[in-house]
Amino acid sequence: MVFDLAFIWAGLIAFAVLVYVILDGFDLGIGIVFPFARNEGERDLMMNTVAPVWDGNETWLVLGGGGLFAVFPLAYAVVMPALYMPITLMLLALVFRGVSFEYRWRTHRWKHVWDKAFIGGSLVAALCQGIALGALVQGIEVENRAYAGGWFDWLTPFSILTGFAVVVGYALLGATWLVMKTEGEIHDRMQGHSRVLGIATLVLIGVVSVATPFLEPVYFSRWFSLPGSAWSLCVPILMLGLAWSFFTALARGRDTQPFLSALGFFVVSFIGIGISFYPMMVPPSLTIWQAAAPDSSLAFALVGALVLVPLILAYTAYAYWVFRGKIDPSEGYH
Amino acid sequence: MIESYGAETLARIQFAFTVSFHIIFPAFSIGLASYLAVLNALWMRTRDETYLHLFKYWKKIFAVAFGMGVVSGIVMSYQFGTNWSVFSDKAGPVIGPLMAYEVLSAFFLEAGFLGIMLFGRERVGERLHMFATAMVAFGTLMSATWILSVNSWMQTPAGYSINADGQFVPEDWWQIIFNPSFPYRLVHMVLAAYLTTAFVVGAVGALHMLRDRGDKRARRMFSLAMWMALIVTPIQIFAGDAHGLNTLEHQPAKVMAMEGHYDSHPDGAPLILFGIPNSETRTVDYAIEIPKLSSLILKHHWEAPLDGLDTIPLEDQPPVAIVFWSFRVMVGLGFAMLAVGLWSGLQRWRGHLFDDTWLHRIVLVMGPTGFVAVLAGWITTEVGRQPFTVYGLLRTSESLAPVDAPAVAASLIAFIVVYFFIFGAGTFYILRLMNQPTVTKDRELDEGPVRAAGITPGFQAEHGSGKG
Repeated sequence: MVFDLAFIWAGLIAFAVLVYVILDGFDLGIGIVFPFARNEGERDLMMNTVAPVWDGNETWLVLGGGGLFAVFPLAYAVVMPALYMPITLMLLALVFRGVSFEYRWRTHRWKHVWDKAFIGGSLVAALCQGIALGALVQGIEVENRAYAGGWFDWLTPFSILTGFAVVVGYALLGATWLVMKTEGEIHDRMQGHSRVLGIATLVLIGVVSVATPFLEPVYFSRWFSLPGSAWSLCVPILMLGLAWSFFTALARGRDTQPFLSALGFFVVSFIGIGISFYPMMVPPSLTIWQAAAPDSSLAFALVGALVLVPLILAYTAYAYWVFRGKIDPSEGYH
Repeated sequence: MIESYGAETLARIQFAFTVSFHIIFPAFSIGLASYLAVLNALWMRTRDETYLHLFKYWKKIFAVAFGMGVVSGIVMSYQFGTNWSVFSDKAGPVIGPLMAYEVLSAFFLEAGFLGIMLFGRERVGERLHMFATAMVAFGTLMSATWILSVNSWMQTPAGYSINADGQFVPEDWWQIIFNPSFPYRLVHMVLAAYLTTAFVVGAVGALHMLRDRGDKRARRMFSLAMWMALIVTPIQIFAGDAHGLNTLEHQPAKVMAMEGHYDSHPDGAPLILFGIPNSETRTVDYAIEIPKLSSLILKHHWEAPLDGLDTIPLEDQPPVAIVFWSFRVMVGLGFAMLAVGLWSGLQRWRGHLFDDTWLHRIVLVMGPTGFVAVLAGWITTEVGRQPFTVYGLLRTSESLAPVDAPAVAASLIAFIVVYFFIFGAGTFYILRLMNQPTVTKDRELDEGPVRAAGITPGFQAEHGSGKG
C-alpha cells in the first residue's frame, strides 16, 4: 500500500461517495416508499422529515463527481462517457425529484403530479446509481486515455441486479428513517415495511456478493486466496452482526437502531467493493495512480479538503441536530 | 434530421441550452440571498415589521428559484464528463480543483444553512437564524467567485504548463485563480446579479403599487430596488467598460467581433451602432456608425489604429453576428436601466417616487431585463471565446467526448423537454408568488417573530386551493 497524495485522495473520494450514499440514500428512499403513504397528510409528513436537509445531502454527489473531476480527471473522462445514459437519466430524475420539494406546496391541482415526479425521480435516480455501480464493477474498456466500449455496455444482467439492489436498499433506508422520525400509524406501518425490505436487501446483497468474484479473476483472488481472504472474511461476519442488530431492534420496537443498522449494511457493502477494487480506479485497467491529476493539483485541492471537509461535517451535523427528534406534523414553512 | 448534425454541434447546443437555463437562477439567487440577509438584518435592527414581512415574502420565491438552481447546476457539473471528456482530462488538473473548492466552500454552505434559513427561525433563535441567512448569501458569492475564476481561466489562461499527455499542469495557483480577466468578470457578474434582482424586486413592488398605491411593503421594496438601480447601474457601466478594455488586451478577436470590425482601421475606427454583419462579404451591411468613436472608447484617442478580424486567421475567428448582436442587447439594456435609475432618483428628489405611475409601469415592464442582459453578456463572452474552450490553446473540436451523435441528440431532446416542463412550471409558480399581495392573510405573518414556521401542511391541505 503506497501512502501518497493520490492514495489519500482516493480515500477522500470514496468517503464522499459513501457519505452521499448514507445521506441521500435515505431521502431517495423516502421517494421510493412514498407510494406507501395512505393520504396527503402522510405524504406531507414524509416530505417534511427530509425537506430541511435533502439539499445538503445531494451536495455530496456533486462533491463525488466534482472531486473525481478535480483529482482523477482521467477516470472522470473515461467513466462519464461510458455511463452516458444512466448518468444522464439519473440527472434528469434528480431534476424532477429536487424541484418537487418546493413545487408540491405551490399548487393544489398539480400536487399529485409533483408527488409522482418525486416518486419517479427517486426511483429512477436510485436505479441509475445502482446500474452505474454495477457497470463500474464489471469493468470499463479503455484505450488511449478514452472510453473504448459501446453505448450499451453498461446494460447487463449484473448491472440490472445491482440497480435493483440499490433501489431496495434505499427503500429500506427510507423506511427505517421514517420509523425513526415519525409516530403513530405511519410509524407502525413503516416498521412492517422495514422488516420485508431488510430481508430483501440482505438477500440482494448476498446475490451480488456471490456474483462479483466471478466477474474478474482479480476480484476472485482478492476474496478467495490468502492473505486477502482473512480480511475479506470480516465482511460477511460484520454483515451477519448488523443483520442480527437490525432484526432484534425491529422486534423490540427500537426507533433509531434499525436505521443505523441499515446504514451499516451500506457501509460494509461499500468496504466489500473497496476490497475488490483496490488499487483500481476504473477496473480493469486504470489504477489510482494512472488516473490521478499531477501532484500540484492534488496538493492544492487537499489543503482545502482537509480544512473544509471537517467544517462541513460539523455544520451538517449541527443542521441535523437542529431538526432532530420526531417530526411535528404541524411543521413546515410553506 | 437532427442526426445530420455532428456530435460536436449537438454537444455545443446541449451545453449552451443547459448553461443558459442554469445561469438565470444563480443570477437571481445571488442577488436575492443578499437582499434577504439585508432585510433580516434591518428587521433585527429596527424591529420594523415591514422588513420581516418582506423577508417572508421573498423567502418563498428564493426557495423555488434556489431549488431550480441546484438541480440545473448538478446537471452542469456532470456534463463536463459526459459530453466534453477530453476537455475534462486535459483541463481537469487546473479547473477541477477550483470547482472542488466551489463545492467545498460554497455549495455545502448554501445547502447546509438553507434548511435553517427556511425552517429554523424558531428552532435556533434569531441570531443563529441571521447567521444562517448570512451564510447562504455568502455561499452564493463564494460560488460566483470560484466559477468565475474557472471561466476566466478558460478565457485568459495563466499559471500552467502542458505535460506529455497534453494535460494542463498547474504551476502557480495564484496566477491561475487571479488570472488576468478574473477580477473584471467577477465584479461585472456580481453587479449584474444585484441589478437583475433589483429590477425583479422593483417590478413586483411596482405591480403592487399600481394596484394599491398605499401598500407600504410594496413601497419599501420599490424604494430599495430603485436605490440599487440608481447607484449600481453607473458602477456597472464603468465596470463593463473596464472589462471591455481587459478583453481588448487579452482577447482582441472577441472585441473585433463585438464591434463588427471585419477590417483594420489604421487611423481611427468608427463605432457601429447598428448593422447586419455579413459573413459572406465580411462587411457590416446597413451600418449606422459614428466615426472614430470606437477608437476613442477602446484606446481613449480619436486617431488610434484598431486591428480588425482581417489580422486573425479565419479558423481562429469567433462567429461575428451572434457576438455583435448579443453585445448590443446587453449594452442597450444597461443604458435603459441607467435611464430608469436616474428617473427614479429625480422623482425621489422631487418627492414623487410613489405616485409616478408611468415610472411604475416602466419598471414593471423592465422586470425581466436583468435576465436578458445577463444571458446576452454570457453569450457575448462565451461565443466570443470560440473556436476555443481554453482560449488559444484547446479547440472546442478537440475537447469533445467520444460520443455518437444519436446519443447526444437523444439526451439533448430529453433535456429540452424536461427543462421546459420543469422550469416552465417553476417560473409559473414564482410569478404566482409574486402576484400574491404583499399584505397576506396567512396566519404566520400576523403572528410575528415567534411563530415563523409558516402555514402548516394541514392548513395547506385545507386551504390549498386558495394558495395554489
